[in-house]
Amino acid sequence: MTFRSAVITFPGSNCDRDMAVAIEQVCGGEVHRVWHGDAALPEGLDFIALPGGFSYGDYLRSGAMAARSPIMRAVVEAAGRGVKVLGVCNGFQVLTEAGLLPGVLMRNAGIRFVCREVALTVGNNTSAFTHRYFKGQKITIPVAHHDGNYFADDATLDRLEGEGQVAFRYAEEVNGSARNIAGVLSEKGNVLGMMPHPERFIEAAHGGIDGRALFESVVKGLVGA
Amino acid sequence: MKVRVYVSLKNGVLDPQGRAIHHAIEGLGFSGVSDVRAGRLFELEVDDSVTDAMLDEMAQKLLANMVIENYRFERVAA
Repeated sequence: MTFRSAVITFPGSNCDRDMAVAIEQVCGGEVHRVWHGDAALPEGLDFIALPGGFSYGDYLRSGAMAARSPIMRAVVEAAGRGVKVLGVCNGFQVLTEAGLLPGVLMRNAGIRFVCREVALTVGNNTSAFTHRYFKGQKITIPVAHHDGNYFADDATLDRLEGEGQVAFRYAEEVNGSARNIAGVLSEKGNVLGMMPHPERFIEAAHGGIDGRALFESVVKGLVGA
Repeated sequence: MKVRVYVSLKNGVLDPQGRAIHHAIEGLGFSGVSDVRAGRLFELEVDDSVTDAMLDEMAQKLLANMVIENYRFERVAA
């Protein structure tokens, strides 16, 4: 059975090729490149990735315009059917704006763009995206964002923590995120949004390989290995 | 007819941009400003068929992110 994935490109996406290469190298199978203006996704997808970048120039709010683009109706529908959806950085912002994940990514508390490697703690190792990590594992993944300050009301944050929906936390101060949340899972666990870029840390030549296990989780979960 | 839609951060939501602007105002030598909150103003040119309910929907679905923002609108006579 061939692993079938799609990487969505919005105008202003700039990590779409990196994402496609990471999926090709770690997951294998067919990686389809899909344009935001397309109304439909390829048939039979196992995995959809929304890449980082500055879709629509961050007009209105980061991710706000992309969340209303034609292809997102198909992505929301696929997520509803249980297809795994990963949003990284701008992709995370798009997922919150599209209502697939709770909360919002606000301007970094320190105002500045943050671009460096950060230490993370794995908060959940039972999801489709994280089961190849250990719970509590310390990993290093790069971030590069201006709007990564995760915010939700206390009741929502309590629920996320209580239900194991916090996939990753920052192990250091990065952007002011509520409860140091760096990555959030949907209620059903098949949607993950995260600010750090796992696709940038899959080969030793990148400076680290801590992103690999995420893509391994996505593909290994599929075949039940 | 013109409609002005004002979008502002809810109370209690930290506004780093507002804080930086406040800091800059003080840096220019102005005193007496105790707080700054940044928001957005949208001016929509609409015809008479656009109802308040439609404007509410536009604001809630797109112009404001209801997790952190409030909005209000006013109709302005031409």
